[in-house]
Amino acid sequence: MNGQIVAENLVKRFGEFVAVDGVSFSVSRGEIMGFIGPNGAGKSTIIRIFCGLLRPSSGVARVAGIDVARDPEAVRQRIGYMSQKFSLYSDLTAEENLRFFARIYRVPRAELDARIQRAVDMAGLAGHTQALVATLAGGWKQRLALGCAILHKPAILFLDEPTSGVDPQARRRFWELIHATAAQGVTVLVSTHYMDEAEYCNRIALINQGRLVAVGSASELRRNPRLGDLLLVECADLGRALAALRGAPGVREAAVFGNTLHVSVADKARALAELPPFLRGKGIQPHRIVPIEPTLEDSFVELVGQAAKSEAHA
Amino acid sequence: MNVRRILAIARKELIQVRRDPRSLAIALLLPLMQMFLLGYGISLDITNIPTCVYDQEASQHSQALLARFKASRYFGIVKSVWDYGALRRALDAGDCQLGIVVPWNFSLRLSTDGKSSVQALVDATNDNTATLAAGYAQSVVSAYAADDLELRFTGTGRRLGAPQPLAVDSRVWFNEDLASRDFIIPGLVAMIMALVGALLTSLTLSREWERGTMELLISTPVTSMELMIGKLLPYFAIGMADAAFCVALAVGWFGVPFRGQLVTLFLTTLLFLAVVLGIGYAISAAIRSQIGASQVALLLTMLPTAMLSGFSFPIDQMPAVIRAITYVVYSRYYVTIVKAVFLKGSGLAQLALPIAGLLIYAVVITFVAARAFRKSLG
Repeated sequence: MNGQIVAENLVKRFGEFVAVDGVSFSVSRGEIMGFIGPNGAGKSTIIRIFCGLLRPSSGVARVAGIDVARDPEAVRQRIGYMSQKFSLYSDLTAEENLRFFARIYRVPRAELDARIQRAVDMAGLAGHTQALVATLAGGWKQRLALGCAILHKPAILFLDEPTSGVDPQARRRFWELIHATAAQGVTVLVSTHYMDEAEYCNRIALINQGRLVAVGSASELRRNPRLGDLLLVECADLGRALAALRGAPGVREAAVFGNTLHVSVADKARALAELPPFLRGKGIQPHRIVPIEPTLEDSFVELVGQAAKSEAHA
Repeated sequence: MNVRRILAIARKELIQVRRDPRSLAIALLLPLMQMFLLGYGISLDITNIPTCVYDQEASQHSQALLARFKASRYFGIVKSVWDYGALRRALDAGDCQLGIVVPWNFSLRLSTDGKSSVQALVDATNDNTATLAAGYAQSVVSAYAADDLELRFTGTGRRLGAPQPLAVDSRVWFNEDLASRDFIIPGLVAMIMALVGALLTSLTLSREWERGTMELLISTPVTSMELMIGKLLPYFAIGMADAAFCVALAVGWFGVPFRGQLVTLFLTTLLFLAVVLGIGYAISAAIRSQIGASQVALLLTMLPTAMLSGFSFPIDQMPAVIRAITYVVYSRYYVTIVKAVFLKGSGLAQLALPIAGLLIYAVVITFVAARAFRKSLG
């Protein structure tokens, strides 16, 4: 594999707990790879292994062809990292932070001011460079952190939930920045637990309980053949309807989605005809049953369910 | 190792100290407060011991003797009583710590036997004060007796019947006034250096862990050696400034004589700072909370320096076991050096031994501190 970021059968144990369980993937140059999964799925642990902050229990993590466990310093020179928890110095101003990291990364003196100016422009921080970071709003902090991470023009960026806790407008703006960076040939590995952000990534890795459940583009993952046809069911008593549908003939999977149910069925036409009388027979009055396009979340739920089932059988 | 990175860290650290009220207080206020609190608070001299007198003789002689007690700055006559019961009550009530009883035959015995005695009753619940009070009283009475004898001798033109008693004529060197403040304040400088140095550096890594900034810092190519040097540099500067401030106060305000050379003090202080800053740094690497790290730093600096360095209790009067332990108390060497530079004017050559002790400590601690921090979250 000649990817910029390569994981080969990566395992990380904390005592008895297996945080990362045999993960393999590869990200090519200029690609934006998204890690999607619930909290505690192991996304941060994988990223921290790539940044040389944690040693893998087994397996290999390679960045730009370098084994991270062998030569972490060579890797650190080539990467930019945004940790999940905001980790710039709150008691320094935006500019002081930028200057500090530029010097730590040994940005040439002659270029220092120009690079900082560019980071300030990119992050839209003009006029706020002398403000203490503690006083900046969430979206600004996030963009400043990205600015600090790319001062030294790293070839690879690791962004761990960079948009958590930021308003939707700031999130969108942040993703534009990530795209602009990737367009310059920077490889980006970014984690998030917002399903809708998957659309911004070239490829997505669905991660659950330390395992890679699926890898592919958003549209590939949505077109999950095992998902079958998807119906949206609106009714009064969601709990009872869910229990009834899970045992209904022709129903593969049913899950609550907002104040509706998403029901995955083998045959759309038959289900549309059979489900209303079935539910009424159970004393539930369906207001509406319509076919819908599956979302990434549907796919994720199905894939995780499949993985759990195959585990149970094994 | 990259100088620019080291300076970047030093600069950042200095900005943070400047903006952190807690660190500022430790760097600026603590030395000032310690100097004044302990400089005035700790004095082993005792003056104005509250004293009761019971003059049974009530003669010209007995009054002359008591006048000497009054004149001495060691005693303050608070009460005159006329029986033992009253004296006892005064001692019990704590009105006085010393009772002087001049017997009814005081002058008679002095003139006939050439010697007489005065009774001193001491409240020994504070044994240090008691010993000193008894000692001072003894010397007042002896001086009176000697003068009295001389007066008689010159008055009659007769030779004394008894030969002059042999007396020890002691000459005190280096601290001629036996002022305990001169003795204590140089040690206080050491104490403040230890406290400030270790306290400040104990916060330096734990602050980064606590605020979550460490994760990003160790993801950069900065080496742990660059980090240590960069982080300790500002504290060296602050420590030296504090030392200069304390020495200036000691000489300028407290009037402690400074007989040595500043260069000797400067070099040994640098060495001592290397030890205490290293200790603080190692603690900071091991304990990832600021409160925890500063507690441990207090325990490892203040306690041994106050008790076992010779700062307050003379080492040669300690039991052998404790005396042996003082050799591992790093501040013992520095306290010895500072006192010698201040009071004896010792130079580097005379201080070779304690300097060697400090040097060994500095090397070992620097090694430990450099190893203590690992660039890993694990």
